[in-house]
Amino acid sequence: MLQILLGAISLGLLWAVMTIGVYITYRILDIADLSVEGSIAMGAAIAASLIYSGMNPFAASSIALFGGMGAGLVTGLLHTKLKIPALLSGILTMIALYSINLRIMGKANLSLLRMDTVYTKFEEFGLNHSSAVILFGLLCVTGVVGILYWFFGTEIGSAIRATGNNSQMARAQGINTNNMIILGLVISNGLVALCGALIAQSQSFADVQMGIGSIVIGLASVIIGEVLFGKKNFFTRLLSLVLGAITYRIIIALVLKMGMPANDLKMFTAITVAIALSLPVFRSYLIPFKKSIKGEL
Amino acid sequence: MLTINGISKKFNIGTINEKQALTNVSLTLEEGDFITLIGGNGAGKSTLLNCVSGVHGVDQGSILIDGLDVTKLSEHRRAGSIGRVFQDPMMGTAANMGIEENLALAFRRGQSRSLKWGITNKERERYREYLSQLDLGLENRLSSKVGLLSGGQRQALTLLMATLIRPKILLLDEHTAALDPKTAEKVLQLSDQYIKEGNLTTLMVTHNMVNAIQYGNRLIMMHEGRIILDIRGEEKQRLTVEDLLCRFGKVSGEVFANDRALLS
Repeated sequence: MLQILLGAISLGLLWAVMTIGVYITYRILDIADLSVEGSIAMGAAIAASLIYSGMNPFAASSIALFGGMGAGLVTGLLHTKLKIPALLSGILTMIALYSINLRIMGKANLSLLRMDTVYTKFEEFGLNHSSAVILFGLLCVTGVVGILYWFFGTEIGSAIRATGNNSQMARAQGINTNNMIILGLVISNGLVALCGALIAQSQSFADVQMGIGSIVIGLASVIIGEVLFGKKNFFTRLLSLVLGAITYRIIIALVLKMGMPANDLKMFTAITVAIALSLPVFRSYLIPFKKSIKGEL
Repeated sequence: MLTINGISKKFNIGTINEKQALTNVSLTLEEGDFITLIGGNGAGKSTLLNCVSGVHGVDQGSILIDGLDVTKLSEHRRAGSIGRVFQDPMMGTAANMGIEENLALAFRRGQSRSLKWGITNKERERYREYLSQLDLGLENRLSSKVGLLSGGQRQALTLLMATLIRPKILLLDEHTAALDPKTAEKVLQLSDQYIKEGNLTTLMVTHNMVNAIQYGNRLIMMHEGRIILDIRGEEKQRLTVEDLLCRFGKVSGEVFANDRALLS
């Protein structure tokens, strides 16, 4: 049981990086960006093929980050310069990335067994694999949360937040909203690709299919985090994303343990997210109902 | 300060909804001019303001701000010299951001933004002082989300944001229309105070004829995309609502059709 829990926490910490990326587009920019499904696999593909060809795993992971940023840039340009709706821009990038990822790896999946990964260094200190992943994941998450907390407090970061909140107002304050949308997508997809690179190394393989459904997992983690751990200020929000991602993984581990077939996982996640997203609607039905009950009493 | 040279604007070109919103409109505002702009529904008042601020491009003509041709500049590039307050109180502020954060965004209007902190402690003190002058109790709620404020408070804040950096032109687009009469009066007086203190060149759209006569040094009436009346100086000071309606009838050959204007 402890082993399952540790596994869930380690996986959750890695997915937290992706969750933060999804949060940037979905909540801060108010865009549902589907390109992340492609960029997570792209991060995995880049890191895996570079490590396979003998590159230092840290350098390979950094290049994966930049690759994801490039993908975000493409989605941003499609959306802002070519005026394609955000949802469709993301889908176009996602589909294109599928082919690109196959080209990067040369085949549909690539094994990293017995290759040096970013976790190897920690394992050399005598840690087992999942402890090494937890330690490195914790380092990564702390770094990402710290940098983003600083960044969204700066002038440019504030401009991105204003753009997502009220683009009309942002333009009236002299903010180039198109550039801010592009920048947000670049950062988001960079983080998602980094997450893909870290996951591929932790599971010792990269698969061109691994992105499927990842946006839903990201959204589920964002929402679980918001509901369970609050959104008082920006720092607690970032923290809640990390805890949300971990909680999601623990829930999944538990339902699998309770005997749910792994093939049903994606449907389980989709239903969870659908219910969570529709909560405001149910609430608006419930509130007049509650009032009428109170009124009768 | 603002020169509008024969601008025309057509919407939905080539469709059944094609509409000539502005026809060859020319207007010059001297520094410190406070123009009230009045007209019926669809007269082109808001379109004119939106062309000046860059929300819409123009089909013909040119727009110069302080001698600089801005006709081809995008909205955010013009923002450095233009302060705006919109009709909808939700439009001028970012609801999910704090009062101080909104002010800080406005404080950087027209400057390039960098990776410096989005707001400094020195600014906070200044904002607190400015907010206390509004007398709305906002000075103690600097970090409150703007979404929690009432329409009047948001409009007053938007006005403060629009004038935080002295704008070369202040555009007020029916900015009190969505407020209750008492709040509207207060926001209007506040606008007048800021305009006088800063000697701001202002273009204010209003649907209220009394306000249009009461405020500003020049009154312009638009009808079907053209300027049909331009009254200034002493003549404006002597103007009454009856005069205005009568002169509108003479120039346009129609009865002034704007329920809101007549009722208020």
